[in-house]
Formats: sequence, structure tokens, C-alpha cells
Amino acid sequence: MNNGTKNAAIVGASVPRMEGRAKVTGQARYVDDMTLPGMLYGATVRSRIPRGKIKQIHFGAGINWNEFVIVTPADIPGKNCITLIEDDQPALADTTVNHPEEPLLLLAHPDRHILPKAVESISVKYEPLPAIFTIEESESPTQLIWGSNNIFKEILIEKGDVDAIWQNAAHVVEGEYATGAQEQLYIENNGMIAAFDPQDGVTVWGSLQCPYYVHKALMKLFALPADQVRIVQMETGGAFGGKEEYPSMIAAHAALLARKSGKPVKIIYDRMEDMAATTKRHPSRTRLRTAVSKEGKILGGEIDFTIDGGAYKTLSPVVLSRGALHAGGAYYWPSVRIRAKAVATNAPPHGAFRGFGAPQSLFALERHIERIAQIVGLSPIEIRKRNFLQPGQTTTTGQIVREDIDLGKLLDHALELSTYHPQKEQFAKENQLANRKKGIGIAAFLHGAGFTGSGERFLGSVVGVEACADGTVRILVSSTEFGQGTNTVLCQIAAEALGLRYEDVAIAQPDTREVPNSGPTVASRTVMVVGKLVQSAAIGIRKTLTSSGLLADSYSPEEFRAACRSYIAKRGKFLATAQYEQPGEIVWDDEKYRGSAYAAFAWAVYIAEVTVDLTTYSVTVDDFVALQEVGKVLHPVLAKGQIIGGVAQGIGFALYEKVIWDQGRMQNGQMTNYIMPTSADLPFIRAYFEELGNVHGAYGAKGIGELPMDGPAPAIINAIEDAIHVPFNSVPLLPEDIFAALGEHETPKTLVPSARGRE
Amino acid sequence: MSQESTAGKLCEISFTVNGRPQTVHVHPMARLLDVLRFDLALTGTKEGCGEGECGSCSVLLDGALVNSCLIPALQAHGADIITIEGLARAPRAQILQQAFLDCGGAQCGICTPGMILAAHHLLSKKSQPTLDEIREGLSGNLCRCTGYMQIFEAVTEAAKQGAVRQGSVKQEAAT
Repeated sequence: MNNGTKNAAIVGASVPRMEGRAKVTGQARYVDDMTLPGMLYGATVRSRIPRGKIKQIHFGAGINWNEFVIVTPADIPGKNCITLIEDDQPALADTTVNHPEEPLLLLAHPDRHILPKAVESISVKYEPLPAIFTIEESESPTQLIWGSNNIFKEILIEKGDVDAIWQNAAHVVEGEYATGAQEQLYIENNGMIAAFDPQDGVTVWGSLQCPYYVHKALMKLFALPADQVRIVQMETGGAFGGKEEYPSMIAAHAALLARKSGKPVKIIYDRMEDMAATTKRHPSRTRLRTAVSKEGKILGGEIDFTIDGGAYKTLSPVVLSRGALHAGGAYYWPSVRIRAKAVATNAPPHGAFRGFGAPQSLFALERHIERIAQIVGLSPIEIRKRNFLQPGQTTTTGQIVREDIDLGKLLDHALELSTYHPQKEQFAKENQLANRKKGIGIAAFLHGAGFTGSGERFLGSVVGVEACADGTVRILVSSTEFGQGTNTVLCQIAAEALGLRYEDVAIAQPDTREVPNSGPTVASRTVMVVGKLVQSAAIGIRKTLTSSGLLADSYSPEEFRAACRSYIAKRGKFLATAQYEQPGEIVWDDEKYRGSAYAAFAWAVYIAEVTVDLTTYSVTVDDFVALQEVGKVLHPVLAKGQIIGGVAQGIGFALYEKVIWDQGRMQNGQMTNYIMPTSADLPFIRAYFEELGNVHGAYGAKGIGELPMDGPAPAIINAIEDAIHVPFNSVPLLPEDIFAALGEHETPKTLVPSARGRE
Repeated sequence: MSQESTAGKLCEISFTVNGRPQTVHVHPMARLLDVLRFDLALTGTKEGCGEGECGSCSVLLDGALVNSCLIPALQAHGADIITIEGLARAPRAQILQQAFLDCGGAQCGICTPGMILAAHHLLSKKSQPTLDEIREGLSGNLCRCTGYMQIFEAVTEAAKQGAVRQGSVKQEAAT
């Protein structure tokens, strides 16, 4: 006999991945595996200059243009924009271009092989306009490229009286830190298939994270009602945020070609187009100025966090928000002033990538903490312990830490797991004569789960759980699977809540005609927020059956099946829904940026061990310990996979992945020259969990997906400093960067961190 | 990245795919990847980069692990080719697939067919590889999701269970 509320056998067990069998046998269907009768192939003609007015478009000789379907902005039935936060980004540039990968025209043809040549044969004459490419150029008032000041969004977070702290400070520590763009580099390139029917409207199948984002964008572009736009997610080969907003653009393009041609159209980007034209992680610059007591306590400080948003607003305000809310990290700030802004440049818009602003601001903070430690004369451990947030204290937004987290203990545990002290001692001894110098570095941090502040309330996510006559249960959500384990974990939760077997639960393919809007699959919110709603809806099914007398409080799967049959025979469709309601203690003031920024935080301490080779200037990570508290771990194998995979991307962010820019264009848009870590490059990454539980998430789970992206870069750069005593303050850090820095400073050990002391 | 298959004459190419003889009429420089995916509808083989970096299009060609995006169709004439669909039917290969499922070796799944072929190839050369040999053996196949550790676990687990008999690539996979 089972009772869903007491049985804890499924949640917490590593059940088989729901769609795993299809994936290991090659049967899983991704968008490029799908073909429709009479389908054409589409391609995009893009601008090749960063900014200018379009004067003339010339279709070159040697191509039979009559064979092609050609879409121009005049073919757009609704508003020419990819709607998101603001309608500033056109689907096709009409009069001006604002970055060098901007779509101008669309082509379609039955033979995909002749498309590249056709695209190349189109030449565009422009009247060039001056363009800007860096945060600094955007800040200087010489060139206005967006709005009245080049600023997409500004945020101010204030706590306490910052102006009063400086006079009592023993030390004032200043630093500037930077992070570069990073490509998500999912192995499946972006792709969409669209069909258009004058009666039914638009249908799109594709590789995407957020079906309802695409749905909203196409409604506006085609001026169609909700029921005339249908978005279906195919199996998606990795996303990491990279398929959050740009898929709306590709879907728009495929659908415009389908409408004009009357045939289904497939657009699949090749790797170079995908890397160059779609979003990347926002480059950032963070300036910190902190007042510190003689004992090494942070008295307060000013944090100036700026991100480069590229040419259009897209998601930059939200990325900025998460970055600003994480800028104070896992430390207690009696007073702080955080000024954040997202600025415009003439590069393709930067966008969502795992961590969403937090890896940028936390890199700066975790480097700055090391700087403070050196100036005060404390160890990296002691400086952190003296400043860690404690339960009952408040974050930078005044949110009271209600979780029973002991960061000092978490740090001690991580030190133990990494054998920090003996390693450090040994390195200090061996480094003196070695040409390959070893170091060990720490990063301690938090990551907020779910949408920021009132975001979840505005989303008002809805999920459905449907019981069928055969006793199987189907989950209806727009939350998507792209490797993280959405399908599996949501099915575990429903099975657990209903006291059924995992095999008795299925999840519907995300199709806006079939599933309600459970919100976007982003922000580490799926398990915690959507999972909780699935749990509620499943409990709704059970309660309906018990209260109608069809099922006893305790039941077998057979009895559940019989009860469902009876219910459906009497009343037809058996569906329970649940909608998000904000817990009472989560209060957020959007105007002042005060209150509870997140329903829950995950906490972590990561420790990296590195070798810096002073002959080749290459850095290898020799060991990596990732210890975190993420609430209840619902699926140990998947959770571990999330952490290890995120750490690997973080190592890439720190040491390998560098976008080379020229006039706003990515120059190394290939896997040959944009290098992500291979299996031979990574250390054995060790992931560990501590479980405190959380009242808001399903079965006590918190968010996990983004957290592991935050820690590796600072831990590694801290370890490099430990090894060679050179304080690097930007990532990515490639061998040539180390070479250049060491060239400037003959003997690394003579370098002293810059600071203004007040002893 | 894509070649122009419309230019030039088509030629007749015959080979064995997953134990079945096949004849196709394609441009001699057509990529084997496209022939498999388009002409033979074997879509389990994936394209990731189109330039031989990512290994998602890995297949076995006469027992050798190759990137099918770099192999012109003409070169495959007369060859014995195994794709993920063929491997999936081999009884002992299921041990490897099951190990990928159990250990979390597959997340988004797009690199998985190529990764499993590479692992199978490795185990056919060395039935009990060390961790370093696994790292090296799979280093031509990129995975962005897993950070590889759970793939190493899967291969180690499969080796323990005798997933592949050394030197048995062609014979076994073609059954």
C-alpha cells in the first residue's frame, strides 16, 4: 500500500532518465532529424558592418533568383520586432543596422547546398555610421547608439549609510575586475522548422528553451491570436541559456519564409553562424571599493557593476539584476551601495547563459576578497570566515537569511575534502625550485533560485497533471528538457506525490496547444518552482479521488487505476492544475530593490588546485572540489551531472574560452579556434552535497542548474595567484595573457596588490 | 561548411551499413554524414561542427572511428560502416548503453551517439582501459553537458561488465 505523502522511495533515487533510452540508441528526434513533405531550406542574409544606413541591396549575377523565395521586411504582417522586454530588436533590419550579424533578408530553396552561394551573392550598400564596441566607449557621450544615454537599464541597491564608513576604516581596498564574452556552445546548433496554414496559422518545431517566449514573439510578428500560433519543442541538444531568447528570431524567420512560400521551411544554423550571430555571456566590468576594519571585517563598500548588452535590450535588464543581486556574494555587508548598468554596443546582443550575470559579479567579489585578505594580513580562509553571512543577518537587499546555513562549517568541510592544508604546505615547499608551480584557491558563494524578486508572481506559472483511464498520469508543463533532467525529476515528483511507480508517470511534449504556461525553463526554477506546482497538482488529483469516495487514504496502484477509470467514466477528462502563489514572507520592492530577492539560496564552497607551467605559461586544473548545499537532492546522479557539467563550463570560462572580436564581429566562430575543454583537459571534478532542505521547493529541493557556473573562475584565478603570486583580475586567462603579465614583471613575487591603506 | 552536391556528376557508391548492403547515387564529394542522414535516413548520427572537431558525427568505418563529416562518400565505397543504429542492435553494446543511462553519461543526448561509438571503439581495442586511456580515447568527442566524469564512470562500468570483447568491433556490431 502506498500513500503519496509518506512514501519517499522515488524522490531521492536515481531513476533512469525519462528520455534516456531514446538518446543512447540514436532514436531521439531533434529538429534536424525531422523532415516535412515539400520542405524548403532557409538561410539568413546578414549585415556585415557594425552600424549604418541601408542604401541598396543588390542580387548578384550567376544565381537564378526566380527559384528562391525571398522575404524582406515588407513581408512581415505584424510588427517588425522580436518582442521580449522591449520591442527594440527588429526581426529583419529595415533602414539601419546596429551590429554586424543583423538579419536583413531571408532566402529559401529546395536544395540547401546552393543557399550559401546565394547568400554570398547578395551585396548591400550602406552609409556607415560610427560604431562603439566597449563599455568605456558606450559610457563616453560621443556616440549615442541607443536611447538618450546608451543605457538599457540601471539598478541601485542601497543598504545602510555607506558614506559614513570610510572615516573609520583601517583599510580601503579598491579593485577592478573583468570577464569576457562566453559562447554557450551547446553541441546541437540552433534550428527550426515552420509551417503556415491560412486557417491554422503558424506552427513551429524547434530546438528551444521557452515555448511561450517564441509564442509571444510570433503572435506580435504575425498579428495573430494565441490559438493561431503553435510552438513545439523538439528534443534539444543543449541550451545553457543560449536557447532562451534567440530561438524566437529563428522561428520568426522560418515562419516568414513558410508563409510566403506556402511550404514548410527548415532553418538550421551551421556552427559558425550559430557562434557569431546568436547570444553569448555578457562581458562585464566590476569596480569594488571596500572599507575594512583592522580585524578584517567588511564595514561596507561601493560596487559598480557594468555589463555590455550588445545592440538591443533583449534580456540585459534581467541579467543585470541577477548580477547586481549577487554582487555582495555570501558575505555580510553592514552597508553597501551597488550601482549596476547595462550598456549598448554595436555587437550582437548578449544574452542568457547559465548563471545569468552572477558568474560575472561573483568573480569580481571572490577576487576582491583575496585582495582584502592580503592587505589585512589574513588567510583566504580567515577573511571569509570573518565575513560570511549568518542566519538572521541580512543580504545587500535587506533579505533576512532564514536558512540554517553555516558557511564556516561548509568551508571547513570543503578544506577537508580537498586536503587543503597539507597541499598548501607541500606546494609552498616544492614551488621554490619548480618550474611548474602549484597553487590552491577557494571560492565561496551563493546562488538565488527562481526568478528575481516579484518575477515569479508576475509569471504566475500554471501546470497541469492529467490522470488517464488506464491509470497513467501525464504532466502538462511548458518546462523543457535539454539535458538537465526536467522530464525525469518532474515525473519523480508526481509519482511520489501520488504514490505511484515512476513508470506510471509521463510528461507531455512541450506544445503550446497542449500544455499550459509553466514559465520559461531558466533561472534554476524548474525543480523548485515548477516541481512544487506539479506536486500540488498531483495532490489535487489524489484529493479529488479521495473526497469523491473513489479512493481510500491508503491505496495500491491498482486501486488508483480503478478510481481514475470510475472518475473519467462519470465526468470525462480528469485534470488538476496548480498556479504559483507567492509565499507570504517573500516581499519585494521593485522600485527600491529592497526585500526578498529570492525564495531560496543555494550555498557553495569550491576549491581548485592548479599547476602553472612557467615554460609554456599553460595552466592545468589538477583537482576540483565542488561542495554545495542545495536543499534536498531529488536525483543524485542528475544533480551530480549538473554540478560537474557546470564546473567544466566554468573552467572553460576561466582558462580556455575567449571570443576574439573585430568591429563587433566574432572572429573565431569555430570549434577549432574557440576552445572548450575536452575530456583530456579537465581534472577529476568531485561534487558533494549537503542537504538542509527548503520549505518552498518540491520535497525541499532548491535550484541547482546555475550555481556551479559561479565558482570555478574565481577559485582558479585565486589558485593561480597562490602559485605564482601574480594577481590576475580578468577572465578568460589564456597562456598568452600570463606570458604578457610575467614579461612585465620579471619576478612574480615582487608584485604587490595595489591598495590604499589607512593604518 | 556544406559542399555543393549539385555540381558535377553523381556516382554510384555501394557499401555496407549496419550489416546491410546499400547503394546510393550521390556526388563523390558528398559528406558521408549527409549520405547517412539524408539518403539513408539514419539520423542517429549527428552534426555538431562540420569540421571534425566535436565528434558528434562519429561512425565506425572498417572498424576505425571516423568523423563522418570529413569523409567524402567516394571514400566509403566498399566500406563496412556501423552507426549508432547498428550498434544499438548489437547485444553486448547494450551493456554500454545501459551504463551511460545508469551513470548519467547522457544529458542532452546530442553527443551521445558519437560518444558511445567512441567508447565502443576504445573498449574494442582495450577491454579494461585505465582512466587516462578513457580520457585520451574520448578526447575527440566533445560534450558540453556532463563535464565528462559520468561518461568516464559509464565506460569504466561497461568495461567491468565486459561490454565489448577486444578486437570485436566489426563482427559484433554487425550482428
